[in-house]
Amino acid sequence: MQIEARNISFQYRENTPWILKDVSLKIEEGERVGLVGPSGYGKSTLVKILAGYLKPTKGEVLLDGKPLPKKGVSPVQLIYQHPEKAINPRWKMKKVLQESGMFRDEVMDALGIERDWLERYPRELSGGELQRFCVARSLFEGTHFLFADEMSTMLDVITQAQIWNLMLKEVEERRLGLLMVTHNAYLAEKICARTIRLEEINTREE
Amino acid sequence: MSNTAAVSAGTKPRKLQINRRTKTIFFAVMILAVLFSVYLAGALLSDDLIQADFSKKGLPPSLEHPFGTDMLGRDMLVRTIKGLSVSIVVGVVASTVSAVIALIVGVAAATGTSWLDHFINWVIDLVMGIPHTVLLILISFACGKGLKGVLIGVAVTHWTGLARIIRSEVLQIRSQQYIEVSKKLGHSSWWITVHHILPHMIPQFVIGLILMFPHAIMHESSLTFLGFGLSPEQPAIGIILSESMKYLSTGMWWLAFFPGLMLVMIVLLFDRLGENVKKIVDPYSAHE
Repeated sequence: MQIEARNISFQYRENTPWILKDVSLKIEEGERVGLVGPSGYGKSTLVKILAGYLKPTKGEVLLDGKPLPKKGVSPVQLIYQHPEKAINPRWKMKKVLQESGMFRDEVMDALGIERDWLERYPRELSGGELQRFCVARSLFEGTHFLFADEMSTMLDVITQAQIWNLMLKEVEERRLGLLMVTHNAYLAEKICARTIRLEEINTREE
Repeated sequence: MSNTAAVSAGTKPRKLQINRRTKTIFFAVMILAVLFSVYLAGALLSDDLIQADFSKKGLPPSLEHPFGTDMLGRDMLVRTIKGLSVSIVVGVVASTVSAVIALIVGVAAATGTSWLDHFINWVIDLVMGIPHTVLLILISFACGKGLKGVLIGVAVTHWTGLARIIRSEVLQIRSQQYIEVSKKLGHSSWWITVHHILPHMIPQFVIGLILMFPHAIMHESSLTFLGFGLSPEQPAIGIILSESMKYLSTGMWWLAFFPGLMLVMIVLLFDRLGENVKKIVDPYSAHE
């Protein structure tokens, strides 16, 4: 499988500046790609478009040559920067895993999720603990591509390392395509086989 | 004495460990029990107790008649409890129906297509635009007055404000990241509404219900006062209060004072009940 962005342009409204202009890129399954670039260059916007959360103004996102499915389970999953926003504050953690059918022992073991976290509410867990749940729920059978939008920026270094180790193991085992957005060039270098500099492929005028 | 003090200091005082949540649930159940017993007392007390007896008319409060008697010699305590019972029924049924309508309409407006949203907003403006009492009178009259007319009238006119609040709340929740994630996990709009959105609406729903309760009673009594609601022989608080207006100037203060006080207490009890329920259902305030 491969995901391809073809000549994507994006603006929020007509007659406002382009956020992205004619951006094209390709990611193969099993490939680990880093997306770096200065703040405000549209990294998050691009990832959201690739994952189908935003519609590009022009251009298209193709999965094996076909447009992304609009309904149903998406083979492309996005992990956000702030896990506390991406989890319903009124749900117990168990339900977060059940929502994507990942309430399984091997998943929890792989991501170091402790059993007594399951009966808690999101605000009773730390950011790193929550992020493990976000990763866990994205790793179900149908996932082929995993996009991480500054997934570990808010975490301390040790937790960052832990989560990335767990992530990489899963990505390796299941040959997922990984696209990570980061400011941290060292992290990108460590994790990714290839890095894309957004300022090089984004042709918008400054 | 000093012995027991020394023992309890050594082994930690064996005080009952009750946390706030348990206490809150306890209070909520207590209030519910009080409200329910007032309703039950009113429903079970025999009508013989409020037969007219002109030998006892207009008596001030005494041990025999704690709330005094009215100009027909009926015991005001029994009438008040019976009236509160009717008021609780009207309040609970009408505001529950109203709140459920508001929930359905509000969620539908925020979830459905844009023409549905426009249509619902138009209906809300329409209902809010007509003077409340006029609409109540029309509906109650058309439905045959009495308890049924009042219930329907109050229920179908009080949902608009809450529906607007719920609509905007749902719109806000629907833009959250976890809703987008849920969509990408393949869940339907209906599933998301039931599992993600409705739990968030519980506090608004409960508070809306509480705020509607005094309104419902007030409008019930004003309808009754104007002659489009309950019939005068029914011991509703509205009727008691409007009757008492005639005698207040002759110094018979107890006719209005005790029923009014009891009404306020019942309304406040509902308010407390709502606050406690909110603390139980809302994980944010549960930690306060």
